[in-house]
Amino acid sequence: MSFLDVKDLKIHFPTDDGLVKSVDGLSFSLERGKTLGIVGESGSGKSVTSLGVLGLHKGGRARLSGEIWLDGEELIGASAEHVRRLRGKKMAMIFQDPLSSMHPFYTVGHQIIEAYRIHNNVSKQVARKHAVDMLGRVGIPEPERRVDAYPHEFSGGMRQRAMIAMALSCDPELLIADEPTTALDVTVQAQILDLMRDLQREFNSALIIITHDLGVVAELSDDILVMYGGKCVEYGTTDDIFYRPEHPYTWGLLGSMPRLDREPTERLMPIKGSPPSLINVPSGCAFHPRCPYAEKTGGKDRTEVPALTETEGGHLVRCHLDRAERRDLWENEIKPALETP
Amino acid sequence: MVTYIIRRLIGAFAMLIVISMVTFGIFFVVPQWAGATPEALASRYVGRAATPETVALVAERLGFNDPVVVQYGRFVKGLFAGAEYDYGAGVEQCPAPCFGYSFISGQPVWPDLVDRMPVTFSLAIGAAILWVVAGVSVGVLSALRRGSIFDRISMGTALAGVSLPIFFTGMISLVVFSYGLGWTPPGGAWTDFTVNPAQWAYNLLLPWITLAFLFAATYARLTRAGMLETMGEDYIRTARAKGLRENQVVTKHGLRAALTPILTLFGIDFGLLIGGAILTETTYTLPGLGQFAILAIRNQDLPQVMGVVLVAAGFVVVASLVVDLLYAVVDPRVRLS
Repeated sequence: MSFLDVKDLKIHFPTDDGLVKSVDGLSFSLERGKTLGIVGESGSGKSVTSLGVLGLHKGGRARLSGEIWLDGEELIGASAEHVRRLRGKKMAMIFQDPLSSMHPFYTVGHQIIEAYRIHNNVSKQVARKHAVDMLGRVGIPEPERRVDAYPHEFSGGMRQRAMIAMALSCDPELLIADEPTTALDVTVQAQILDLMRDLQREFNSALIIITHDLGVVAELSDDILVMYGGKCVEYGTTDDIFYRPEHPYTWGLLGSMPRLDREPTERLMPIKGSPPSLINVPSGCAFHPRCPYAEKTGGKDRTEVPALTETEGGHLVRCHLDRAERRDLWENEIKPALETP
Repeated sequence: MVTYIIRRLIGAFAMLIVISMVTFGIFFVVPQWAGATPEALASRYVGRAATPETVALVAERLGFNDPVVVQYGRFVKGLFAGAEYDYGAGVEQCPAPCFGYSFISGQPVWPDLVDRMPVTFSLAIGAAILWVVAGVSVGVLSALRRGSIFDRISMGTALAGVSLPIFFTGMISLVVFSYGLGWTPPGGAWTDFTVNPAQWAYNLLLPWITLAFLFAATYARLTRAGMLETMGEDYIRTARAKGLRENQVVTKHGLRAALTPILTLFGIDFGLLIGGAILTETTYTLPGLGQFAILAIRNQDLPQVMGVVLVAAGFVVVASLVVDLLYAVVDPRVRLS
């Protein structure tokens, strides 16, 4: 069994308009020291999944089913108190917007000290030393002084560093980063990604990066999971996803990436339409209304939900098109278009 | 920080000067515009049987014939340095702060005000503690159990509390608890804290609860709204993700952020209240500043009215100053410079 094993995870929210199936039968696993990238548009269920793993839906309106095994312990059936004790210590999270995710009325140091003292029975002085140490390790200059600064006194990049310091303060074995660089300047993004990679090596933790930006996961991930409408549509190694992608949605994501090596006059190739409603999920393949190749399935796209099937070497695809056709489309149509110099 | 406090103190002082000018203007200048002669003003200070000559003499001696600016200057000087009044029957010393002499009793106004302050302070402070504790806790619980029976009942009660005036709830409470059940003393009972603290609290219990009910309602609703907002913030999710216990998430992270608007309201409410809880003091016949103000107005006792208005204004100014300073303590993003 892997360090983290998620099996058939379903997270549904009952609302007045109907049942929102934010996550619908998601499975993946992750080992210590490895990085998984979860990619998808807004509303594809990425963040809901991460909050589900951390047990942050407990006590809310969400309905969870399936299994989440962390280091041999099942979390969905565990008591809220038990999961709380694991949170922050065994598994921690880095959030998207570090300004709104840190309490504006407490100093950065106070918030790191608090995180550390929840799980470690130490004096304030010891915790403070640890906070200064953590701030130094994430590359904040003059940590002895900055430990007493408030979040609003930090720059965006420094805030995200402080957020990472807080998440790492108890040496978590699983770290989930939800859009860790989305709110940051491009120049700072690269620094933060480098920092996360270095720290992951140092701590040998399992890392999940959630993002809509394929560029971010290309840098860091070992494996990539592409989500659409609450389901996994493609899963494979980073090489699989970038060099041998087989799902039309993944092709769309690759085509939507701005690239510097292309002519500025060239248009991006965005995915047409908008993400599906999670209440009235399109029948059959949830991607069929936006899929340029839907007619090639002979009507199956509307009637049958495609199964997630393995093509080779752990590369999973959820698509009605047959393998040869997908390979043909990628090699002769999509790849040349993406590679136009 | 220190410069900010000094600047705010200067500002508060300037505000008090403006208030004193306006009050002085209303009571001494407007009557003259309306046609009152210096003699008419002076006639308030002398007996009914005084001859016109005596009245004219008193008007002259009290300075009612002088220009308004001189009169105002004399009034302000009296506040800081004391004043001497010459009614013609010997000079009377009015020590600082001199708010003048009552028309009715012939006594200086200030000692009377000082006498009544403990009553109003006791009433306001006790009620404030009650309403903040009750209002905020009910508000927090309502927000956490939104839509529950508790939430509905407490918010319904709060609506009643906001809508029912104190002379209604006060009267009902007197009828039920004092005259009916005999649990609390009827109105008019006042024992100084220094004399007998237990009796002091026992006498004030009913006024405290009635007054607190009115305010607690507002605070409960405000707290509930604030908590509903802050509990949805990203930093609450972060606090939970750290593994913090839920009760600490609520108090340390949620309530702390929801307190700012409550503090603002509290500054205004409390400042107004220590200037005289007029309705409560009247309902329970407590000898505080509010009752003093009512009596002074009824008797058209100008120096007393001016005195109580200035003192009340002073409390409001001081309370808002304290609240502004507390802001910086509560919310570090507020820069005091």
